[in-house]
Parts: sequence; structure tokens; C-alpha cells
Amino acid sequence: MAEIRLENLRHSYLANPGADEDYALKRLSLTWQDGGAYALLGPSGCGKTTLLNLISGLLTPTEGKILFNGRDVSHASPEERNIAQVFQFPVIYDTMTVYDNLAFPLRNRQVPEAEIKSRVTEIAEMLELTSTLSNRASGLSADGKQKISLGRGLVRADVNVIMFDEPLTVIDPHLKWKLRSKLKELHQRTRRTMIYVTHDQTEALTFADQVVVMNLGEVVQSGTPVELFEKPQHTFVGHFIGSPGMNVLPCEVNGGKAQFAGRTIAVDNGAAATGKGRTEIGVRPEFVSISRGGLPAEVTRVSDAGRFRIVETRCGGHMVKLLVKEGDTVPEGQTHLVFDPAHTQIYEDGWIAGAKP
Amino acid sequence: MNKTVNNRAWWLVLPVFAMVAFNALIPLITVVNYSVQETFGNNEFFWSGTTWFKQLLHDDQFIDSLQRQIIFTATVLVIQIPLGLVIALCMPRSGPWVSVCLVLMSLPLLVPWNVVGSMWNIMALPDIGLLGKGLNALGIPFNYTRQPVSAWFTVILMDVWHWTSLVVLLCYAGLVSIPDAYYQAARVDGAGPWAVFRYIQLPKLKHVLTIAILLRFMDSFMIYTEVIVLTGGGPGSTTKFLSIDLVQKALGGFDLGPAAAMSIVYFLIILLLSWLFYTLMMRSEAK
Amino acid sequence: MKKRYLVPIVYIIFLMLPIYWLLNMSFKTTNEILGGFTAFPREFTLDSYRTILTDPTWYMAYVHSLIYVCINTVLSVSVALPAAYAFSRYRFLGDKHLFFWLLSNRMAPPAVFVLPFVQLYSSVGLFDTHLAVALAHTLFNIPLAVWILEGFMSGVPKELDETAYVDGYSFPAFFIKIFLPTISAGIGVAAFFCFMFSWVEMLLAKNLTSVAAKPIVAAMTKTASASGYELGLLAAAGVLTLIPGAIVIYFVRNYIAKGFALGRV
Repeated sequence: MAEIRLENLRHSYLANPGADEDYALKRLSLTWQDGGAYALLGPSGCGKTTLLNLISGLLTPTEGKILFNGRDVSHASPEERNIAQVFQFPVIYDTMTVYDNLAFPLRNRQVPEAEIKSRVTEIAEMLELTSTLSNRASGLSADGKQKISLGRGLVRADVNVIMFDEPLTVIDPHLKWKLRSKLKELHQRTRRTMIYVTHDQTEALTFADQVVVMNLGEVVQSGTPVELFEKPQHTFVGHFIGSPGMNVLPCEVNGGKAQFAGRTIAVDNGAAATGKGRTEIGVRPEFVSISRGGLPAEVTRVSDAGRFRIVETRCGGHMVKLLVKEGDTVPEGQTHLVFDPAHTQIYEDGWIAGAKP
Repeated sequence: MNKTVNNRAWWLVLPVFAMVAFNALIPLITVVNYSVQETFGNNEFFWSGTTWFKQLLHDDQFIDSLQRQIIFTATVLVIQIPLGLVIALCMPRSGPWVSVCLVLMSLPLLVPWNVVGSMWNIMALPDIGLLGKGLNALGIPFNYTRQPVSAWFTVILMDVWHWTSLVVLLCYAGLVSIPDAYYQAARVDGAGPWAVFRYIQLPKLKHVLTIAILLRFMDSFMIYTEVIVLTGGGPGSTTKFLSIDLVQKALGGFDLGPAAAMSIVYFLIILLLSWLFYTLMMRSEAK
Repeated sequence: MKKRYLVPIVYIIFLMLPIYWLLNMSFKTTNEILGGFTAFPREFTLDSYRTILTDPTWYMAYVHSLIYVCINTVLSVSVALPAAYAFSRYRFLGDKHLFFWLLSNRMAPPAVFVLPFVQLYSSVGLFDTHLAVALAHTLFNIPLAVWILEGFMSGVPKELDETAYVDGYSFPAFFIKIFLPTISAGIGVAAFFCFMFSWVEMLLAKNLTSVAAKPIVAAMTKTASASGYELGLLAAAGVLTLIPGAIVIYFVRNYIAKGFALGRV
């Protein structure tokens, strides 16, 4: 087990990277605490798999350092790093039984056969694979195979970190949540450091204590699910997390005050705003409400999303969405909107004002 | 893939069926016909039952060439399959050199078979061939027109030259189709190169290896042109394989009956062994 | 460079040696060949090539070969296409048996078929024509083409067909306008194999022809037994037979590996 620290990490798949665009992973520094459950969230192609492969040692970083418990492992092989990884598509050794599959990583490390037996039995029990131990692994269903991949990671008592690269992609929907809660349960039982890569916000937010959101090869925010929701550090996080995403509206900033649609909007971080660059205000639909004396707006569409309704309005030439609880009256035609000041932020060039790294 | 039941699909298969039936069934009927009759010329035929088949079983020439054929095919398989596998494993997996390698390696497969024979004929000439002269210069007596050992050596070397690439290409195609995740998982699991080969590559190559062994078995069992050009079956009849024997009987000697009987037995041997091999492979896969 | 690359390099050198020796011989004069061992031509000459390219019995033999090879390729691939489609998409009465029977013809030794073929094609009046050789070679090329194409076609999702039918295409229109372009790589590979196996075959080609359609493989055998005197000529003729192969392989270079695995990896 280990604390993992990434220092000024950069990676490019090109031989001689020049410009910033050549880097699949732009400069990055992060620390993962020992025993934490982390999620790495971002759209396809944002560099999350690259980052994962750098940590596991399948790739060597172009620049920067990776430290496990303070020891530099940037150039160590995956075997030396003592990590486990579960891939998107289940990897199993077809010709072996389930037992031999689980024992494989231990046998490669010359663990005595008696110890292998006790470890494998224990892990199989945990994963509910005991009854299939003597079967050929190739006969199992996709989720069974993925459990084996996972089991091969758990079977070693001393792994520094277990990484999951979108492990539920090929699993049937009704088994997804089952396997996901199994993972959560396993984390609580074993207290291993786990890093879970996904582009699915539900998977990330339910699994992890700490979520790292990536976009275009950069980390845009790292925080708890609540922080990501209430105070997105970047408009991208606002869009990407939450359903529907955050309203982002262009505004003018004068002396710490935001001007939108000819009115001054009360915001949380006005004092920090400089007014330079592209300025926007961001507010989640959850924090927009109907109130007299607010911004004039026109309701254009209402859609039902179960426990609440999503109301689309036009306000100051832009679309603003808000949520109305089931049972509350939905306005029609002209109405007025108010933004909750505690949850309304000014963003400058995409980043939250005052927090630009 | 789920296939729909549709008997009208026969219309699509009909042209193939008609052409192959014309080419395969009529000659086969002819051959079967000859194999149970006797002729003294003038297109007069007499029923002879299983005479030719019985005679074939006691025909030393046939039994000798069958034995030679089996030894040749076995040797060729034992050399080419492992060699092709090793070469494929050592090849680069990506980059500009892959195409170069593949094109150069496929070249022998596109050489007309009689040219393969001529090529090795020229190559092995004891006085002016690179191989023949080279071996003699090293103090190894080599003359493929006189010494059976030299002849066999040349014939086998020629076949290795001609066909190993087929095994390489098949294995290579199998290797590149293994997803990277398997190799990555193996590295993470701490598997060494041998374990990677034994538990990932070999199982994934089973399918292409089956095809390779089948093709090499069939084709080496039918070898004719290369050998007839290179050694003509000699010296003596030490490199006279089944096809050479059969062509001599059928075209040279006008022994229609015995040749027909031999044709049938020959074809059946290939069919039987291919079927046997195929079923055994499939059965072990099903387990 | 990695050490393991030595293995393919050594192998390729081994493959090139006989080809080099053939080239070497083809540029030598008869005197030099008879004079003894030389590792490269001392008196470089193109005489052998000149003989072949000016003597009609030689160069027409190449033309004859190319004619029947092309007829065979077109014929084999075009009848194999619908059949392969049927095998890849439908189940029908006797489909498995038919498929195995087709493949079993690939296992038939040409030696078994020489005599009956000569009789068959003589009786239908095709002996010594290009068509006879082309048809005879379909015996093993059609099964091969069906097999390769079926492999490639099975890789195309059935949804493609269904979408086209929903969009109002008739079967022939769909097959020609949509399906064939989709599997063009497979068609290329199948054509390549038909070309190759027809081009390299000698036993049937030689025995089904005498004068009018005499192929290069047969023309070469008249000098094949020569042990020195016409060796230069034989070598040059051999070198020229490598060219069509090298050309077609260039076209399918990106599909070679998959092609040799018969579209089934």
C-alpha cells in the first residue's frame, strides 16, 4: 500500500513533442492518499487512460516523476511497482481454470503453493466465485470474467494500488450496479488504494471518495462529489457533472459585480473577479428559482424527468434551465428568475474567478 | 452471427455448385469407373472388381512412395511449424518494416512451382550452385543427382524455403490480433516471456496453427512439380513421392486401372487424415 | 534494434539467396556459366532476356499464362461472391455438407485429376485452350475464394443488409452498390489468392495444353533438364515469372497477413 504522488507529470506519444498540443497529458501534479477510493472522470480521449498507464508503468512519462511512498518509480516496470490493473475488456487466460487464473500472479512471484491456496480461496469467497473455481475460465460470462480480472488484482496482499480502466463497459446494465457495489464493498473490506477510470459520472460519483475530473489532457478539478457539484472549478466540470449541466451565461464584470441582461447579479466570488478575459457566470439549474422581481424570462419548454421537471427559459437572449420539484406549479409564458447567490460563481476564461492555479 | 433459414439461398450457391460439380464429380466418376475395370485398349473395358485395389496393397512401389511421402510430410511439418512460429514471434508488430518483411516473405509463395524447382536446381548444382559449391567447399560431399541424402536435404530445404512463410504469415496474423490488454495484464501479473507465450500467445494462435498445419499437411502430401523439376524423383526413386508415382502410372504407363485405384486411395488418405486432424482439434477446443 | 529481429532478418536473407542466384545466372553468358563458379556476373549480359522477349514461343507463353490466370480469377471470384454471401448469411438445406464438400476439393491432389481432366476437356473440345486451364483451376480456386470471402463477409454486421432493405434497396442493387464496396478488401485478397494459385500451378496447365495455349510453366520444362547449356535462359525465364507475383503482392500488401489467415483471425 502506498501514497502515490505525481510531480509535474507530462506525456506525449510523439518522439519529439514541441507544442502543448503534442502532449496527451499536459503538466500535472497530484497526490493520491493511501487507501483512498478515487475516480478519474472525463470524456473519451481526455488522457485518463494515459495517466493510468503511466501510474501502472505500461508507459514511461516524457517528463516528471511518479513516487510511490516517496520512492521514485518513474522508470520501474509494472512488476516492480507491484500494482494491479483491470482492463476495459476482461482479460483472462483461456486455457486455465478459474483457480489457476487467480493463482497466476502469485505463481509468477514464486509464492508457496499453500499460501496461494488460502489467498485464492479467500478472494474467490469475496467475489462469489467459489463454486466455479475448477471450471475453465473461458466458459464464464462477461461479468464472471471481469471478476476474475479483479480477483487477480486482489489476490496479491501487497499491491500498492488497484486500477480499473472503465471495467464495466462490456457488462450488462442489470449487472453493472451489482458489480459496482461489489467494488465499493471490496474497497471497504480491503482498504486498498483504488483508482477507477470512467467517463460515466454516476459510476465515478458512487464509487469514489475523491473524484479527479480531466479534460483535454489536464486535470480540471479534484474534489469530493459534493465539491464538484456545488463549486465546479471550471465550466467544463459544471457541464460534465450534473444532469442537466450548469447554466453558463456570458456576463460583464465591473468592480467585482457581475452584469447580466442589464442587471447586477449577486455572486459568491465577486471579490476575487478581475474582469479580465472571457467572463461568465455559472449557476446550476438546482439553484435557479422563480421569484418576482428577478430577471425577466420566458418559458420555452418543460420536460418531465421523474421527481422534478426541467424548465427551459430564455433570459437575456440565453437559455437558462431550472428544476421545479414534482407538485410545484410550473410557470407559463413570462416569468422572473432568481439565482442563489451562494451558488452562483464568476468564471474567467473557463476557470472559477480567484482560483486559477 | 444468427443466420436466417432460407432455402432460396441455394440459387446463390448454384453457380459454384455447378462448376465444382462439373470439375470434381465427372472426373471422380471417371476415376472410380476405371478403378474397377480392365482395358486392353480399343476402348474395351471389362469388369475387374477390386482387383486393382488388392494389387495396390501388394505393390511395393506404391508402399515405398507412400512411406517416403509420410516421412517427407512429417519432416516438413516438424520443421516448418515451429520455425514459422518462432519467426512470427520475433517479427516487429508495427512500423514501416512490417510491410517490407511481409512482402519479402510472401515472395516465395508467388513463384511458380516449377521455377521453385529450377531455382533450387541451379542453387544446388555441385559445381556452379551457391549451395552445392558451398557445401563441397566446406568439405561436405554433396551431389543431389547422385546421393540420396543430398537429394532429400535439398528437397526439404526447398520446401522450407517455399512454404515456411505461409506459417509465418498465419501466425503473424494471429499474433497481431491479440489485444494489447492481454500483454499489459500479463506484465501487471508479473508473467515472464515464457508464461506470456504459453498462456496468452499459444492459446490465441491455436486457430491459425490448426489452419497452418492442415494446409501444410495437404499441400506437402500433394507435392509434385517442385520435386519433379529438381530431382525427377531420383536418384533412383529415392525422392519419388505419391504424386510422382501416380503421374508416371497414369500418363506414362497407361495403366489406367491401377492408376485410378491409386488415385482413389490417395485422395481418401488425405481426406481421412484432414478430417481426423480437424475433428481432434475441434474436440479439444470444445472441452 | 532488438536482438530478436535478427531471426526474421536471417530468414529473409535465406529467402533471398536462391532468388539472387537465379538473377545472377540470368545475367551471365553461357561461357561464364559453363566456366565455373562465380558469385556475380563477370560479363554482364542481357542476352537471355533478349532471346525470351524476341522469341514468340517464349513470350507468347507468358501471354497464354496471363490469359488463363485472369480468366480463372474473374470466374472464380464472381461465382464465389454470391455463394459466400449465402454461406455467411443464411442457413439452408445441406449448407454445412456443401461447404465441407467444396473445401474437400482443395484437398484433391492435382495428380489425381490430370488424366480425367485431359479426357473431360478433350471430349468437350476445350483441350489446348485457355478456358480449359482456367476452368480446371477453378476446382481448387472456387472453394478457396468461397472460404476467404465467407470469412470477410461474416465480419460485416447483418444490420448493414437490413438497413439497406429498409431503405428500399433490392437484393441485386444492395449487393452491387453497397455490399461489394464494403468487402472490397476481401475481394482483393480472394482475387490475389486465385491469381497466385493459378499462376504457380504447373501439372494441370501443362497437361491440358499442347501448342495453342502453352503456358510459361510448360515452356520452361523443355529447358529444365538442361544442366548448363541453357541455364541462363532458364534463369531469365524464371526471373520474369516472379514479376507478376511481385506486382500483385504490392497491391495487397496491407492485407497480406489477414489474407493468408483467410480472413479468419
